[in-house]
Amino acid sequence: MMNLPRLFAGRTVSASAPVARERLQILLAHERGLRGQPDLLELLRAEILATVSRHVMLDPEKVVVRMDRGNHVSTLEVDIEVPMLAEDNSNAAYGASFG
Amino acid sequence: MAKVLVVTSGKGGVGKTTSTAALGAALAQMGEKVVVVDFDVGLRNLDLVLGAERRVVFDLINVVQGVAKLSQALIRDKRLENLWLLPASQTRDKDALTDEGVSGIIAELRTKFDWILCDSPAGIERGAMLAMRFADEAIIVANPEVSSVRDSDRIIGMLDSKTVRAEKGERVEKHLLIARYDTARASRGEMLNIEDILEILATPLLGIIPESQDVLRASNVGSPVTLNDANSAPARAYSDAARRLMGEIVPMMVPAERKGLMDRLLGRRAA
Repeated sequence: MMNLPRLFAGRTVSASAPVARERLQILLAHERGLRGQPDLLELLRAEILATVSRHVMLDPEKVVVRMDRGNHVSTLEVDIEVPMLAEDNSNAAYGASFG
Repeated sequence: MAKVLVVTSGKGGVGKTTSTAALGAALAQMGEKVVVVDFDVGLRNLDLVLGAERRVVFDLINVVQGVAKLSQALIRDKRLENLWLLPASQTRDKDALTDEGVSGIIAELRTKFDWILCDSPAGIERGAMLAMRFADEAIIVANPEVSSVRDSDRIIGMLDSKTVRAEKGERVEKHLLIARYDTARASRGEMLNIEDILEILATPLLGIIPESQDVLRASNVGSPVTLNDANSAPARAYSDAARRLMGEIVPMMVPAERKGLMDRLLGRRAA
């Protein structure tokens, strides 16, 4: 049996290809922007760890860097757990809080 | 001078192996000396599509590891004396491929062939990276479908950054081959059309291969579609693409619509 209604409806059914095209254009613009710096967070984490470690002993596992992308505002959250500080030290820059 | 050409896509199932076999055969028919190299270690299929699956003795990994000489692993096509196959290993792990090993094989193949067609595995893992690593040119096979186009874009980015040529500041010439194209569906807006894909990927078009039963029929019998039925629509599209690879200017044919009975009746009435 030939599906006559469908045959004629085929001409008028709204086309999905323009939707595919628009979704791809938006997605790829975003993905191309990330290319070459795919691991911004890992880079930030490594540099923050290196900087803080020069002054405070740190457990690298306890350094967490998170980024949240919102429509209007993105936030960068840095959470560093500093171990108990035993000794006095002339350097008074401990207890810095990031976030 | 020999040219190393990678056939790649990111996404699986878009037609890399079919295209490698068809283009390899077409180039060989034009008198070029061609080797097709299967990089899909563990999931080889180029041998099957070429009808050489029972003739594989040694493979790419054997050569990389020095177990066999290149000349022992190369299989000459029974129909085209200019076409050779270097099969992938079916049993080994893809990690057996090394940068140095592949580099050495490609260098040796360059001295023996005009064209070295590297059939990439899907994905972006080691096998795929090594298949493109030493390429002079690349064919990106894409289907008119969102996931394939996205993956093609990713692969294009890698060709521009992870290949030896890119690292030397040179260009890997890229060609887009659109496979499984259905002109009727694209014209009804059900499928991305050629202009959409070209605009998004901004890569020169090498050819448009129509969706066709002839492709499956050729792979069923182990013959490149360009050999199996040279007059079929996909065979002609592949042959044109091969001529473009050779530098010929060939007008781009958008595959003709295959009309259904009702379409034909309606078309006749309208004419």
